[in-house]
Amino acid sequence: MPNFSWLHLGFLLQGVLWTVVLSVIAAVGGGLLGFAIALARTSRSAWARGASLVYVQVLQGTPLMILMFLGFFGFSLMGLHQLPAIVAAGVAMTLFSSAYLGEIWRGCIQSVPLAQWEAAECLGLSRWKSLTRVVLPQTLRIATPPTVGFAVQIVKNTSLASVVGFVELAQAGKIVNNSTFQPFIVYLLVAALYFMLCWPLSAWSKRLERSLNVSHR
Amino acid sequence: MNYQWGFLDLWPYWPEFLTGAWLTLKLTLVSTVAGFTLGMLCAVVRDSGPRLAQTVVSAYIEVIRNTPLLVQVFLVYFGLASLGILVDANMAAVLALAVNVGAYTCEIVRAGIESVKRSQREAGECLGLSWLQVYRHIVIAPAVERVYPALTGQYVMLMLASSITSQISAEELTAVANRVQSDTFRAFETYIVVWLIYLLLSLVVRLCFWSLAQLVFTRRRKLGTSL
Amino acid sequence: MSVIVELKNVHKRFGRDEVLRGISMSVRRGEVLAIIGPSGSGKSTALRCIDALESIHQGEIHVCGHQVHSAQLNRRQLRQDVGIVFQSYNLFPHLTVEQNIMLAPLEVKKMHKNEARQLAYDVLSTVGLIDKLDAYPEQLSGGQSQRVAIARSLAMKPQLMLFDEVTSSLDPQLTGEVLEVMRNLAQAGMTMILVTHEMAFARQVANTVVFMHEGRVREIGPGSMLDAPQTDELKAFVGNGL
Repeated sequence: MPNFSWLHLGFLLQGVLWTVVLSVIAAVGGGLLGFAIALARTSRSAWARGASLVYVQVLQGTPLMILMFLGFFGFSLMGLHQLPAIVAAGVAMTLFSSAYLGEIWRGCIQSVPLAQWEAAECLGLSRWKSLTRVVLPQTLRIATPPTVGFAVQIVKNTSLASVVGFVELAQAGKIVNNSTFQPFIVYLLVAALYFMLCWPLSAWSKRLERSLNVSHR
Repeated sequence: MNYQWGFLDLWPYWPEFLTGAWLTLKLTLVSTVAGFTLGMLCAVVRDSGPRLAQTVVSAYIEVIRNTPLLVQVFLVYFGLASLGILVDANMAAVLALAVNVGAYTCEIVRAGIESVKRSQREAGECLGLSWLQVYRHIVIAPAVERVYPALTGQYVMLMLASSITSQISAEELTAVANRVQSDTFRAFETYIVVWLIYLLLSLVVRLCFWSLAQLVFTRRRKLGTSL
Repeated sequence: MSVIVELKNVHKRFGRDEVLRGISMSVRRGEVLAIIGPSGSGKSTALRCIDALESIHQGEIHVCGHQVHSAQLNRRQLRQDVGIVFQSYNLFPHLTVEQNIMLAPLEVKKMHKNEARQLAYDVLSTVGLIDKLDAYPEQLSGGQSQRVAIARSLAMKPQLMLFDEVTSSLDPQLTGEVLEVMRNLAQAGMTMILVTHEMAFARQVANTVVFMHEGRVREIGPGSMLDAPQTDELKAFVGNGL
């Protein structure tokens, strides 16, 4: 039984790289889709509001692991076999993140006082222009701390991509463990690596929140 | 798409799905109670405990919040084994889940405690109540009532996250799904069914918490207002 | 009549701000002392020091046999002998009026539940709110809340009652009912120290009036001293007040 060596550490670090890649995919994909969801949740069309509400409620009532499996086996169903695991994982994480980001941003948009919308419309701006020129810039400041906070969740959630065989950090840990049979050391190291990825984001989010509260006073 | 849907193939497995769902609920219940207690104690320590204890609690929270639950579950399971303590998968699952949700509970309850005005505590002290009595009767009850929605959300997420413990072979719903799909080769249908069960369980858990609130928060039930 | 409250040359600082600059006063059992003065004169701070809500850095405070200025003070014991009512009543919103009143007797004096219930009933009758036993604080008016707050403090059978501007945040029509309760208490022989802006009340009910200005006691005397102010500061104060 080989002992834990630099080779194994290197493998873990590769896992870190793929964790970051998947996190970025989830953040960008989830962000774009989530933005659309947030707009739908605050739109004037009752249909859009209802449909996006159902979307959010369903996804927030689904374990991410189940979503991963559905993505994985769903693609097989559609005749798309032999797709790299990252596709299933990426799709599952995009959908999952979009529901939560959509809700966060909806809250932020709604926290901008109605008076701002009214003022913009009274100046003759269209709804879209009111949104993009007046409301969203104000939302941006409010939305940044919770969004950065959710980024931490995204990084942690990538660990579930291991169940569909994607070799990010958690899966790399499993593989190394199967080689060295020193689970405690291996997973402690894996935890430490996740901590190093997440903690700076958490700290930044807290700092942003504090500066936001100070400026509100 | 030339696929023959095979939901009927899953029908004979309904007792297993039921057992899995029931275990998921049990895991959630025990972890919630343990995690809530742990979180409450930590919140009180963070609010007014000795400096050293506050630092320990802060460190605990930061570690939990910045590492994935999956890794925490593995560490608890393999960690205990390496210490020579043999626990079955379900016990390890409960322990990991409780420690995890305890950290989040602490942060939520702490926000609630901070929302109770200092003048309330002063009034309690001026009636001769001890530090502990002030917490018990004046601070904790309104704090928990105020953050109850956040706590409910957290424990619903806990129920969903219990699916992760299938990775150490706890016999909850997702583990059942994995078994059934490898038996029937109807993977997609199995996970659809389990997905629907989880949605149903979310509603059940929310209903339980709502009923609990009606029972415990007499003032809110009688007056219909929030604190 | 023995002296049960004594302040000797009390100094208190908030940071670099000296809020109390050597104040002295005493109160005998059964006496009512009113502290008046402009905002910032340190009146509320003085009152809070008496109940050990603030610490002092020089001087002595003796209350009901306790040495409040000492580091060895047993705060819980002190608070059983002294009752305090605040400007913002501070009723516990999640408890009914009855529960608010019963809490301390049950927990601190370890009273039996039936005994505590009877006590709550008696003390609420004193303030005239017996019909509000099962109400929650949010259902009460300001004046009613304040009367419940007084009842809550009275339930602990204190030797001394402190009132910190208890009518300042009330509408004029609600002030009367609270002052009525306080007048009755004084007539029943309770030792009271009140910080107040109600000059007429202070004059009628108080045995001694203390006028404070910028952290010092400028004048002490019976209520009638307000008609014949000696110092310029008091002259200016009553000129504006009455």
